[in-house]
Amino acid sequence: MSIIELKNVSVEFKQKKKPTVTAVNQVSLKVEKGDIYGIVGYSGAGKSTIVRTINLLQKPTAGDIKVNGVDFVKAGKQVIDNKKLQVERRKIGMIFQNFNLLNEISVLENVAFALKHAKLSDQELEEKCHKLLKLVDLDDKADAYPIQLSGGQQQRVAIARALANDPDILISDEATSALDPQNTQQILDLLKRLNRELGLTVVLITHEMEAVKAIANKVAVMENGHLLEKGSLKQIFLHPQAELTKQFVGGSLEAMNVLNQLNLGGLGKNEVIYQLVYSVSNVTKSIIIELYRQLGIEVSMLYGNVELLGEEPIGTLVILVKGDQAKQEEALNFFDEAGVTATKIQGSEIQND
Amino acid sequence: MISFLSKYLPNVVQLGWGGDAGWGTSIVQTIYMTWWSANFGGILGLIFGVLLVVTKDGGINPNKFWFNICDKLVSIFRAIPFIILLAFIAPFTQAIVGTQIGTTAALVPLTLGIFPFYARQVEVALEAVDKGKVEAAQSLGATNWDIIFDVYLSESRSELVRVSTVTIISLIGLTAMAGAIGAGGLGNTAISYGYNRFNNDVTLVATILVIILIFIVQVVGDYFAKKLNHQHR
Repeated sequence: MSIIELKNVSVEFKQKKKPTVTAVNQVSLKVEKGDIYGIVGYSGAGKSTIVRTINLLQKPTAGDIKVNGVDFVKAGKQVIDNKKLQVERRKIGMIFQNFNLLNEISVLENVAFALKHAKLSDQELEEKCHKLLKLVDLDDKADAYPIQLSGGQQQRVAIARALANDPDILISDEATSALDPQNTQQILDLLKRLNRELGLTVVLITHEMEAVKAIANKVAVMENGHLLEKGSLKQIFLHPQAELTKQFVGGSLEAMNVLNQLNLGGLGKNEVIYQLVYSVSNVTKSIIIELYRQLGIEVSMLYGNVELLGEEPIGTLVILVKGDQAKQEEALNFFDEAGVTATKIQGSEIQND
Repeated sequence: MISFLSKYLPNVVQLGWGGDAGWGTSIVQTIYMTWWSANFGGILGLIFGVLLVVTKDGGINPNKFWFNICDKLVSIFRAIPFIILLAFIAPFTQAIVGTQIGTTAALVPLTLGIFPFYARQVEVALEAVDKGKVEAAQSLGATNWDIIFDVYLSESRSELVRVSTVTIISLIGLTAMAGAIGAGGLGNTAISYGYNRFNNDVTLVATILVIILIFIVQVVGDYFAKKLNHQHR
């Protein structure tokens, strides 16, 4: 049984004198216990809105929501009363982009706030708080105020607070977006560790593909309120279907940056740029050389990168293929047979970006 | 010292310290009126301020009916000039404290005069609390009471002290007008014994005393507002 089940969930925002905005449109999603489920998309895609329906911070206007086997929403109507919802929410931790710690109380008191209804004795409460702070490696800051901590440390306090009631699920709403790369890495490592050690199910929303690549095992891609694609991380990376997914997976933003700086000028008539994504362990042949040998097609390499997808090395190449229409077709077929995902990159994307 | 004061401020000295018109009496009356109406008006204002924020559209327990009642009540009482309010609610005052005149009678209009002012200030202070903190608390399974006390009131406490200071200072201003219904106080001394009798020295000293009182409130308020604030490094 899935730990989180969203079925045809829609969220509409009614506005005065303006057309209704559909932030989330008929999204279905199943998260299994122990998953680290990444939801990616640009800002405004509706990814934040959809995860906030999981703990009903956002009420959906249509669809069914079931979490931990408890029905929250059926056919767009909340079927759990607010008292029960409060109890259920304690099993769904959530962390935010801006940490959202209470600034007027100490780090320890922030964690204790989450345990207000846990019916612990003062001593048990204090022990539990220290245990949680040790888990995020911040026990020495127990008496500090949040503002005295760095962003990464504040986010770790927020994680300790979110985990206070031993939740089964942790929702991360752009939790690393306000952090520098080093702190981002720390937080991601911590989430991965919690997933492994506590069996915590993590739902990770981000616009940074790097975060998803580093720890997720499943990915969903969203655009304009629609869920474009979902699947295992590897499947999405190696065989992306939607255009946006293809852009996201190949580290193509970074590639674009590089290409922009190369200042290629206009493309020639018979020149096409492709982005190739492939699993390094599967593609043993040297594809570029083979392409020339077998088909006589010339290729310039513009950008190349190999990165780890979980444990799996994934290569990204951006190449310029020279040749007429027929040659281009042949090249695409060749890539397909070799198990390489090729995406055409428009020349205009490079110049305009 | 006394002879120096008698020479330059003869009417001030003549009023004396104790007695109905004495300086000590009027200082105590002003503090008495300020203290009690600050307490009553403060509690009332806090309740209304919290209700406004909680029942507002997008608040933690939206309720159009209660929001409108609170909102209109606050707006109406704010709109009535204090000196008119004094007369307007005289029968109500009579019913509550049994008399329409005197220092204690003044507490009723002072409370009703100051609470809407404070309620609006509290509303603004609570609105300034980051919505994200409220959401985070909700995601932790906090009840609405938890959110009111541990998020809204606790997080805005420094700002609440600041607006309370402003409110008390306004209130000291209102107590001066309460002299109109025989409530005494420094304001009354300045008008009745100073201005009306052409004793400018009395008006001057009463004014200086009011300024000192306000100054003390300001300094104490600033001190606590700063001490209670951990939002900045």
